[in-house]
Amino acid sequence: MTDLSHIRNFSIVAHIDHGKSTLADRLIQHCGGLEAREMREQVLDSMDIERERGITIKAQTVRLTYKANDGQTYTLNLMDTPGHVDFAYEVSRSLAACEGSLLVVDASQGVEAQTLANVYQAMDAGHEIVPVLNKIDLPAAEPERIKRQIEDVIGLDASDAVEISAKTGLNIDKVLEALVARLPAPKGDAEAPLKALLVDSWYDAYLGVMILVRVRDGVLKSGMKIRMMNSNAMHTVERVGFFTPKAVLTGVLSPGEIGFITAGIKAVADTNVGDTITEERRPAAEPLPGFKPSVPVVFCGLFPVDANDYEHLRDSIAKLRLNDASFAAEAETSAALGFGFRVGCLGLLHLEIIQERLEREFNLDLITTAPSVVYHVYLNNGEMMQLHNPVDMPDPVKVERIEEPWIKATILVPDEYLGTILALCTERRGIQVDLTYAGNRAMLVYKLPLNEVVFDFYDRLKSVSRGYASFDYQIDHYEEGDLVVMNILVNHEPVDALGTIVHRSQADYRGRALVARLKDLIPPQLFQIAIQAALGGRVIARETVRAMRKDVLAKCYGGDISRKRKLLDKQKEGKKRMRQFGKVEIPQSAFLAALKMHDD
Amino acid sequence: MTQTKAVAPTAPASAPGFAIYVHWPFCLSKCPYCDFNSHVRDRVEQDRWRAALLTELDHYAAQTPGRTVTSIFFGGGTPSLMEPATVGAVIDRIGQRWSLDPAIEISLEANPTSVEAHKFQGFRGAGVNRVSLGIQALDDAALKFLGRQHSAGEALGAIELAARHFDRYSFDLIYARPGQTLKSWQAELDQALGLAADHLSVYQLTIEQGTQFATLHARGDFILPDDELAGELYELTQAHLSAAGMPSYEISNHARPGQASRHNLTYWRYGDYVGVGPGAHGRLTQDGRKWATRQAKAPETWLARVEADGHGTQETERVDPAARAEEMVMMGLRLAEGIPRRRFRDELGLEPEDLIDPVALGHLTEGGFVTLDADRLAATDAGRQRLNAVLAALLK
Repeated sequence: MTDLSHIRNFSIVAHIDHGKSTLADRLIQHCGGLEAREMREQVLDSMDIERERGITIKAQTVRLTYKANDGQTYTLNLMDTPGHVDFAYEVSRSLAACEGSLLVVDASQGVEAQTLANVYQAMDAGHEIVPVLNKIDLPAAEPERIKRQIEDVIGLDASDAVEISAKTGLNIDKVLEALVARLPAPKGDAEAPLKALLVDSWYDAYLGVMILVRVRDGVLKSGMKIRMMNSNAMHTVERVGFFTPKAVLTGVLSPGEIGFITAGIKAVADTNVGDTITEERRPAAEPLPGFKPSVPVVFCGLFPVDANDYEHLRDSIAKLRLNDASFAAEAETSAALGFGFRVGCLGLLHLEIIQERLEREFNLDLITTAPSVVYHVYLNNGEMMQLHNPVDMPDPVKVERIEEPWIKATILVPDEYLGTILALCTERRGIQVDLTYAGNRAMLVYKLPLNEVVFDFYDRLKSVSRGYASFDYQIDHYEEGDLVVMNILVNHEPVDALGTIVHRSQADYRGRALVARLKDLIPPQLFQIAIQAALGGRVIARETVRAMRKDVLAKCYGGDISRKRKLLDKQKEGKKRMRQFGKVEIPQSAFLAALKMHDD
Repeated sequence: MTQTKAVAPTAPASAPGFAIYVHWPFCLSKCPYCDFNSHVRDRVEQDRWRAALLTELDHYAAQTPGRTVTSIFFGGGTPSLMEPATVGAVIDRIGQRWSLDPAIEISLEANPTSVEAHKFQGFRGAGVNRVSLGIQALDDAALKFLGRQHSAGEALGAIELAARHFDRYSFDLIYARPGQTLKSWQAELDQALGLAADHLSVYQLTIEQGTQFATLHARGDFILPDDELAGELYELTQAHLSAAGMPSYEISNHARPGQASRHNLTYWRYGDYVGVGPGAHGRLTQDGRKWATRQAKAPETWLARVEADGHGTQETERVDPAARAEEMVMMGLRLAEGIPRRRFRDELGLEPEDLIDPVALGHLTEGGFVTLDADRLAATDAGRQRLNAVLAALLK
């Protein structure tokens, strides 16, 4: 047990690529947490997908032992948090486990939207914040300008910011000294009933579910019977320890400490981030504040490219849910795409991660339908239904009104791109809330319908600003909108997988784009093919794929028969991946490519 | 052997017949579009090759007793490079091992170089009663592009010689060449009609894998007419030759009534045929089962095997009932006459309805691509023009 006054718990707030993981690596190295031979880059990002994308999905923690200049030895707990808006709640719980944060800003690029959102969250959590300017060794570094920017944009005193290079290791010791000197020690009462925050959890193939905890009061020991105060589940603690980042068993965690426990739990779904762990025999009177169950905000269909993979997809989703309980999945059937699942996620990035992990870790080839947000459909009979699949839209005559979620978005952009960004936001039904300048950068605050953001907003934002705009958002409110189901019809039959809910003002533009795209994707066949976009019974866009003019082998004689028959067999085999629409067959690949249209 | 007078086939109009194909794999040079089993060799030992072909004929004769041969076809390669004596020996051996239909058609493919054209009389003497000339084009620039060894002038001379020696002759043209227009092709067709007897084969230029053209085309050295123009060229060919009294009886083959190539009809009517020589294929029915035979492809390998084993058969494979049905429909729908119901019964013991997806058939008949009546299943003109798609839709 460490004396509370010698503990510092901190997280690192940074924009993607500003060097958070590299700084963490250096801190670990400096404190001797790992031998040089055990070091690899981004040691804390254990998943391949985290390492490749340079993002953190799961919270990780490391206990560092640091002998400070004052001659005393301190225990520093580094909490590496996910940095993306999709995981805002997870971030807030990680922050709640710490007393302070390092704010890492790239000394040439400056403050980005994501940095802003996270640093405000840290301030909300009452953190002491230590600004750190990274990449100070690069020729483009402008520390004085960036310090001013931190003061102007965030309103944080940056005069004693630590200037470092995580890459070369320059001034890492000064970061450690600042942590000891400037962050408050945690508070807690070892004698009080146990109160520990469930920060995060994940599935380990050998140990089962591992839970990351921060002890507030009391002492958490192995063998102890514990209760989750929100889910009310009871477990017996098995292992107790901390990470260096290697797991070290201690059997006990005391107030102010961060570590892990296992308790014979089989599925991550049985542990809720933000829950309070207490002792069964002597429970705390009140749980810790701020618990929220995770709620999916973006939904889409996931279908196996090969229909034979459905069972495998089902099993894989079940296995992935052992590890990530924050996504929802239910079986879905599509006439165009066959059997699959409707998956609900915390945001677009989360959705991509789920899809990518399923494809990568379970070797699946998947089709994703256009993402949909959750609409509140108010019926004439007074009921409200939560709609996240356009095919479930009730008959319009039964619908009184539809409300859609809006977000509050923060966009930081160099002023030369401001005009195009403003036009983009207006085109997407955005309402400007604020526009301020910091140096040559504009900070825009907009209210936007989430529906417009999930369509292709982020890709467009990146492309019109040549990648210089940064963007962050939080869910704001629900508001009534003139929303309609737009169906795509192939030879007058609707293709369920391509149906979307759109704002009436956007329907023409999206409908025309989609049918034009499909026209190019569908190969000519014996019969001409009509492709239409329709709102209810009204067609708003139409294209025609002309019938094929000629398709025949010029030469076919005796010697050729076997070879030509094999060609024909191959063609017939290919038909298994076709979907019949009246007289024509549409290759599944056409739907797939149409669904990917927002990639362009 | 006694010379057989060329007459139009007299057997029942739709009888598939029993054919023998003889492959001569050698060419003076390889044409850039050709993916047939052809090889360039400095020297060919005609005696050894003659003996080997005869040996292989004996082998297949033993397996097909009692059949009456309705046609013989010398293909290649370039069979006009054979010595007439070799051709004669093959024809004689077939006459000794099988009985011959009195109206037997004996065709030989010939290149229209002057050297080969001057052997026509010899081939005629050996028993050949029909030649098929690889003219391919009637202007020198196109012939050069196609890598042919002859000039347009030589082609005309060869046609004249063929007409002098044979009652029946045909020649091949290749269209949808780079830069070809509807107008230039129509003029070429008109010229061809002036030179033709009773049969013309007109093929669209296609790029086959592994050919020199495949490399050049992929590299962008030339551009073929797009699908739209290719379709128009096809339609022009059909209309123009039809109006001149030579409608297509098969997708790329045109003849005056009764002058269709009897040998090729055997393939398209899914009759039995023996294939001898390197890479030759055969289809043989024995005890109700259909067998696909394939001879060793490389000339030297084939020769060594025949000399060692009495035949160069690389593979004899059973054509299962489903594949057999597919082959018959795939071949038969190339013909304007289609496939009589009787053939479905004789060959497969089935009615066409048993093989065909009724919904697809409904769409295809409604669309005007296919007809099925009490007599036969047939593809219409429009259907034959898009036969790949029709077959894929029709066959379950």
